[in-house]
Amino acid sequence: MQVDQLKVKITAINEVAPTIREFCLVPVDGELLPFSPGSHVVVEMDGGEKTYKNAYSLLSDPRDVSAYRIAVRLQDASRGGSKFMHEQVTVGDELKISTPANLFAPHWPAKKHVLIAGGVGITPFMAYLPELERRGADFELHYLYRSSQTGAYRELLSKRLGGRYFDYDSLGGSRCDAVEVLSNRNLGTHFYVCGPESLLSTVQQVAADLGIPDSAIHYETFAAPKPGEPFEAEISETGQVIPVGAEESLLEALEAAGVEVPNLCRGGVCGQCQCKVVSGDIEHRDNFLSAQDKAAGQSIMPCVSRSKSPRLVLDI
Amino acid sequence: MRLAPKAIQTFRDDFTYSNSPEAIQRFPFPFPEDEYRYSVNIEPHTPKEGPGSAYEHLFDIDEHYLSEMHERALVLKEMPERCLSMPHMDLAGWDMVERVMVSLTEDYPQHFTLTRNGDNWRWENKLLNIDDSFTFGNTGTLPLEPMEYIGRQMQGDFTLLDQREGDLYMDAGIITCPADWSLAFDAGMSFSEWHGPVPMAKDSTIFERALKYLTAIQVGKPVRRLNWTMTINARMDTSPETYHRWGHERTTVTPENVGEKVYLRVELQVLDRMPRSNALLFSIRTYLMSLEDIVTNPVWAKRLHRVMKTLPQALIDYKGLSRYHTTVVDYLAAFDKAN
Ligand code: FES
Repeated sequence: MQVDQLKVKITAINEVAPTIREFCLVPVDGELLPFSPGSHVVVEMDGGEKTYKNAYSLLSDPRDVSAYRIAVRLQDASRGGSKFMHEQVTVGDELKISTPANLFAPHWPAKKHVLIAGGVGITPFMAYLPELERRGADFELHYLYRSSQTGAYRELLSKRLGGRYFDYDSLGGSRCDAVEVLSNRNLGTHFYVCGPESLLSTVQQVAADLGIPDSAIHYETFAAPKPGEPFEAEISETGQVIPVGAEESLLEALEAAGVEVPNLCRGGVCGQCQCKVVSGDIEHRDNFLSAQDKAAGQSIMPCVSRSKSPRLVLDI
Repeated sequence: MRLAPKAIQTFRDDFTYSNSPEAIQRFPFPFPEDEYRYSVNIEPHTPKEGPGSAYEHLFDIDEHYLSEMHERALVLKEMPERCLSMPHMDLAGWDMVERVMVSLTEDYPQHFTLTRNGDNWRWENKLLNIDDSFTFGNTGTLPLEPMEYIGRQMQGDFTLLDQREGDLYMDAGIITCPADWSLAFDAGMSFSEWHGPVPMAKDSTIFERALKYLTAIQVGKPVRRLNWTMTINARMDTSPETYHRWGHERTTVTPENVGEKVYLRVELQVLDRMPRSNALLFSIRTYLMSLEDIVTNPVWAKRLHRVMKTLPQALIDYKGLSRYHTTVVDYLAAFDKAN
């Protein structure tokens, strides 16, 4: 009755934009599971002394169980995960992935779906499209990118979606006016944002100004864990002290020390990894805790957040 | 050995329902300790207690299969609204069709066969003499909507919960043997709305934590928990809609008939993530066992006596046992002399 990790083999790698590579994954044995649009998998990469675990959205047709496809953008401040995928992984390699989980599902009862993608944030929407089309749903896609770096699949999307596709290449000087995109929508319109933090905050700001309720705005911004200053984590109950290096996340350091913490997204979104903090000064980097929670300083999301003080005492 | 379904017995009127010795032996007795304590008690739904146990397979089919399918048909004939599915739940219904057909075929090959050729599927249910061919995902090719079609072939009640904004909504269900709750009332409600107040769960964070846990259940990792109450006579359909038929039966319990009239009603609840729709399938498989049958197991008899004796008043009231609780405790005391 239980399925855990899946073993997959890479059968193709394509450059779909200057900084984005697409990987095609097929099961080594058995079958892949169908998934719901907006799902991601956590890919485990064995980088020798270090194991990387990064979450990537599935971009293939959710009903296609012959292969999954993911796209990886080379991050400038990468701690190695995306670099590893770009530089080390080759066709024929095997990887381990989690079963798909969904933190960004379409709101199916919506009357209209407005999708807003920034850069590599196009990926979850690639999986939305076949299902929206199958249901005959009313939707449109706004795609913001800079063609010197991103903009994957844009020709294909423009052809496939026609008048429902809106293209903004900042290199070509084309800017998206969020006020225009969000204004004068009928009741029952839902908005979905996937892309950099700045895109999300713009949309949220405009939505608030226009009086659009929070419940009509859906977003997914995985904050990939970024490096920071090294610090130490202390487990209050046992007194165990765990060093956290500059390049690793607190969650990774805990796992390496044998302390299990539940987690799903490893990107500050799902809320599963929340830990209680007894003392120390937290540097919050997640999109899960409320501003209030962050100010209170009693909880941390160890998958992305770090410590500003040399030691953080955790109650796990 | 797993039990073969036996001929149809009734859960109403003359109540011919009975448990064989083997069915008694595999009853999922819900009390791990002498004192009842409220807990969320969720665990992974993995096989336990060996072959033939109620926990062996994802879905448990037992000797009451034909009786329960007959009872379900009776309820739906009289009250078709006991099954409903909102339009956006169609895909979730198909997820359920696949999950059920694939598991039953693997777990009970003597009764069920699924043959797949791309999207062209053939389903044979030998117990109900069903042999249907259809196109997977195309609702027009089934005689009924997908959830109802497969729900009428499954013991236990089912709901499909849509997950939105970190909450769960009861947007589809086939509910013909509920322990006093109504699908018509709960339909479309969110988790906190339909879960309602449970005494002893004073701390509201217990629900917050439960919701967080449920929304994070992953594909291929079903979880289960047991719940229990008591029912007078072997009545499956104790719904608010039919209260006028069973409510008064609670006053009919006497020291003479308590053993045969009072049933421990156990729900094996399973939560399973549906892959295509991201809905949660919530299955509630009900087992009814008379006190008379329960006390054939001395360990259970003693344990049930202690649990009932120490049950807090708030729970006695919440579970609707007030009228006959003392009679039950007195009856069970005879099997627990030391206490
Ligand atoms: S694992 Fe999801 S928030 Fe940390």
